[in-house]
Amino acid sequence: MDLTLRVWRQAGPDSPGRFETYAMPGVSEDMSFLELFDVLNEQLLADNEEPVAFDHDCREGICGSCAMMIDGRAHGPEKGTATCQLHLRKLKNGSVITVEPWRSAGFPIIKDLAVDRSAFDRIVESGGFITAPTGAARDANEILVPKEASDAAMDAAACIGCGACVAACPNSAAQLFTAAKYSHLSLLPQGQPERYTRVVAMVEEMEKYFGSCTNHGECEQACPKEISIDFIAMLNRDFVKAQFKNTRLSGQRA
Amino acid sequence: MTATQANTGQHRQPVHPGTPPAHPVLRFWRSAVGKKWIMAVTGIMLLGFVFAHMVGNLKIYLGAGPLNTYAEWLRNLGEPALPRTVLLWIMRIGLIGAFFLHIVSAAQLTRMNQRARPSKYQSPRDYAAASFASRTMRWTGVIVGLYLIFHLMDLTWGNANPRYVRGDTYENVIHSFKRVPVAIVYILANIALAIHIFHGAWSMFQSLGLNNPKWNRARRTFAMGFATLIGVVNISFPLMVVTGVVK
Repeated sequence: MDLTLRVWRQAGPDSPGRFETYAMPGVSEDMSFLELFDVLNEQLLADNEEPVAFDHDCREGICGSCAMMIDGRAHGPEKGTATCQLHLRKLKNGSVITVEPWRSAGFPIIKDLAVDRSAFDRIVESGGFITAPTGAARDANEILVPKEASDAAMDAAACIGCGACVAACPNSAAQLFTAAKYSHLSLLPQGQPERYTRVVAMVEEMEKYFGSCTNHGECEQACPKEISIDFIAMLNRDFVKAQFKNTRLSGQRA
Repeated sequence: MTATQANTGQHRQPVHPGTPPAHPVLRFWRSAVGKKWIMAVTGIMLLGFVFAHMVGNLKIYLGAGPLNTYAEWLRNLGEPALPRTVLLWIMRIGLIGAFFLHIVSAAQLTRMNQRARPSKYQSPRDYAAASFASRTMRWTGVIVGLYLIFHLMDLTWGNANPRYVRGDTYENVIHSFKRVPVAIVYILANIALAIHIFHGAWSMFQSLGLNNPKWNRARRTFAMGFATLIGVVNISFPLMVVTGVVK
């Protein structure tokens, strides 16, 4: 199939950027979108030009490295699919495809399509952990967890931290990422001791870099792991509860 | 060293600079999640007002007597425990406070969201979920705010209504809505209000954290029903007067 790529080229963080057009004739429809860029970069290198910088790693949809805004959609038109798992057969033969980097104050451009997503690391560092005593592992079923709760925690834990939620959000908010990283701990018994300090710390860290959630729902549609905005409601609820919680009583049961 | 490590944080612009204050109220107010909660709570107050206002205005269809009696009843609310108009003024002050907090929060969050994406996408976005209502909240909000000032000038203060007679609610409304341009303003503003409510009445559940998969569908139904009810009934008033059905 024949495609034309319009790719955002930007030499460095402070350089001006522009779209460059590349004709990609005769590419296989079984290629992934990243393989299309591999082919493009081999051409560019053969022509002694600078290859396009883009992030990628596992190429099987679980690492969260790939990140491209494809025709105005984070990770392209296919629902629940990261850029690496988007195959060219899902695109229209002969079409012109515009590719941009994620755009957010929290994700400054490094070069071309590569952005610095370390603001996500700052959010996780602020509270996305539990403090567990070391020692022998406890028996598997010693702590009872309802099936629905463990399933929900697992759904949240599916977040790969790619940043599509921020990229897709009209407000550049990171609410879905933060909610996922918050919920996968706070829905389980092991996450309870730090639950209310965690929610305040993570929300305040998030708001240093990202916009505010106005419930558009774009993030949920863009998420390659299809994480639900239900988790955003849980984050909001716990943030408000944390304001009134006397955490000195949190060791008491019921 | 990877490129990411080399560039960590160097080019990041702070969206929300400074450190949180120690006082819990100020700290909550500073947070965007806190402001959205305040917008939801004040939004519920405003929805309650809009609903009660609509129900009261339906008395226009019963004639001048019932509408004017209802208007007088509002001023007498709380009597004899409270002097005349005191409870009305308490409710008005509550509403003014709700409007103030709702608008200030919206303005501050809008500025924060603009800072959060200093360079825009250079190609058109293809939205998958964001509705017309959700993306125009700040514009429908501004339209409703400006309309509210006109509405007060028209039917509360009387300076936009040449035939205004204090206390004669029914005739004031009829004389105002008989003017075609005024009727059009009322109709357009109430369309904006209905669109604003359609997103707001759903969004408030998320902001308050009221989310239960068993009931989530009902949230959309509620927002759609509430927005339609307010829109249809409120638009009917100027429409019925300007077409001469209600005289």
